[in-house]
Amino acid sequence: MARGFQIHSKKRGSDAAARGRRTLGTQLRRNWQYYLLLLPAFVYVLIFCYGPMYGLQIAFKNYKMSLGVWDSPWIGFRNFTDFFGGYYFWTLIRNTFVLSLSTLAFSFPVPIMIALLVNELGGRFKRTLQTILYAPHFISTVVLVGMITILFSPSMGIVNTFLNRLGVDSIYFMGDPNFFRPLYIGSDIWQHMGWNAIIYIAALSGVDPGLHEAAELDGASRLQRIIHINLPCILPTIIIMLIMQLGNIATISYEKVFLMQNDLNLGVSEVISTYVYKRGLVSNNYSFATAVGLFNNIVNVTMLVIANKVSRKFSETSLF
Amino acid sequence: MYQKRKKRIQPFDVFVYAVAAALLVIVAYPLILVISCSFSSPELVATGKITLLPREITFDGYREILKNKDILIGFVNSVFYMVLGTMFDLFVTVPAGYVLTKRQLPGHKFFTFFFMFTMYFSGGIIPSFLLVNNIGLYNSRLTLIILGGFSMYNCIICRSFFDSIPKEMEESAAIDGCSVIGTFVRIILPLSKALIGVMVLFFAVQHWNSYFDAMIYIKDDALQTLQVILRRILVLAQQLATAEEAGEYAQQMANYEALMRYAVIVVSSLPLMVAYPFVQKYFDKGVMIGSVKG
Repeated sequence: MARGFQIHSKKRGSDAAARGRRTLGTQLRRNWQYYLLLLPAFVYVLIFCYGPMYGLQIAFKNYKMSLGVWDSPWIGFRNFTDFFGGYYFWTLIRNTFVLSLSTLAFSFPVPIMIALLVNELGGRFKRTLQTILYAPHFISTVVLVGMITILFSPSMGIVNTFLNRLGVDSIYFMGDPNFFRPLYIGSDIWQHMGWNAIIYIAALSGVDPGLHEAAELDGASRLQRIIHINLPCILPTIIIMLIMQLGNIATISYEKVFLMQNDLNLGVSEVISTYVYKRGLVSNNYSFATAVGLFNNIVNVTMLVIANKVSRKFSETSLF
Repeated sequence: MYQKRKKRIQPFDVFVYAVAAALLVIVAYPLILVISCSFSSPELVATGKITLLPREITFDGYREILKNKDILIGFVNSVFYMVLGTMFDLFVTVPAGYVLTKRQLPGHKFFTFFFMFTMYFSGGIIPSFLLVNNIGLYNSRLTLIILGGFSMYNCIICRSFFDSIPKEMEESAAIDGCSVIGTFVRIILPLSKALIGVMVLFFAVQHWNSYFDAMIYIKDDALQTLQVILRRILVLAQQLATAEEAGEYAQQMANYEALMRYAVIVVSSLPLMVAYPFVQKYFDKGVMIGSVKG
């Protein structure tokens, strides 16, 4: 697409073709309207995305509100060594990675299967199914956790009502650390499987029907065609999505974990991001929390780069 | 479809429709149950007697909501933040997506990198918090309108969509003497209803559903959002009530709020549930696929 545009704009012959010969001033005058359209985003990103990056330096400082970011004294890597040597370090690492890796392992394949399934359906039923499947995506995290709390409540929850009918005693799901991960992952799948399938459904609509016709003539069954035509056709999309997910492996959306946390499940539910929030904004330990957050961020970027490299090597699909 | 539908039902179809029906039940059942409970007598709900359809229909839960000042204020505030926030997000994101299609523009590479970098690396919540505090946005309505105003992910969706509009449109406008901004506003935007629809939905959902920003940046209850109020009612009250050491007061609060818990879930989720089917047709048409084409 990029190439197509270049050809067109050269044909136009106005601003693009003669660019090399022009000075910066002329270019600005020619294109100022483009820059004006870009300005709001530029200013926003500069302030709200790069501004905090400037503030990252307090990870290496002993931040004091009265001194500000710049004048607080440097302390080197002490915040990091405190964290790595701290009591919670390995618990946090384990909780974060177990939760995110198992979420990825269980949640990632479901939307692909749903897309392959929806693609086999037709007509009104297909549309209705899609509408229903998308619905949970629009529920807020607060409401979702509220629903889990209610539906799995030991006194009035529907799940325990059914368990009781089967002769099983009520279980206090939200208070049992063993159920934290299954509830987290299960509700994640329930909420997003339909929505996350959209991208694959769109990719499947681009599969060349000729491939299916040819395969059908050769006597391939529908299941065979799904496995040998549909799946390979959406493989690049799958890989890109996987790389992007891997780049977020150390980030657990703290919004949901934080809401699902209570004193009883803290042993498995405390992850890096919730720890950052508590140490930073609850105990006002800004520098330390920033250091932990920065560590988290670096792990993410490293994972992303590795995933991208591996994928480029084996499949020629990559993000960058 | 590419294939003539045969009258005979194949076993494969049976399997596909059975799985689809099972999915439908799994997703729809909790939603239906919550709606049913919101209309049922609280005693039946509390004893687990409601399993699918409402019984002893009552609107008490909804009446409680109308009496609860916090919820009403939160609702109005959330609508306010959602409407203005969505407009702000559109204003920031959509023009930027358009400019990023101009690959001949000097500085294009720089700007793309400038924005793309923020997808993978960020300052994190503590430096963001300090920044917002330092520029005087703490406990201000403005904060909840502008925060999250730009995301590269959405911008890429815009860029891919604009890429798919034939360039001849712009060329003819330019020949007729239309300025760049004029072309964008009068030619490009009217052709982009699908994109605008999807973006409005995304932004509205984001503003309506977020609670974390409001929780850390907003102190006054008069400015608070619905989601933060909901957290108190749905999550905190529940934790208090089920914790063993819960005091009598907490227990009373919980009983009082149990009445409207289901109703408040329905009321808070309804606006989005009603809205998204209107733009659903654009989802599958591939408005979002651009985000992975890169």
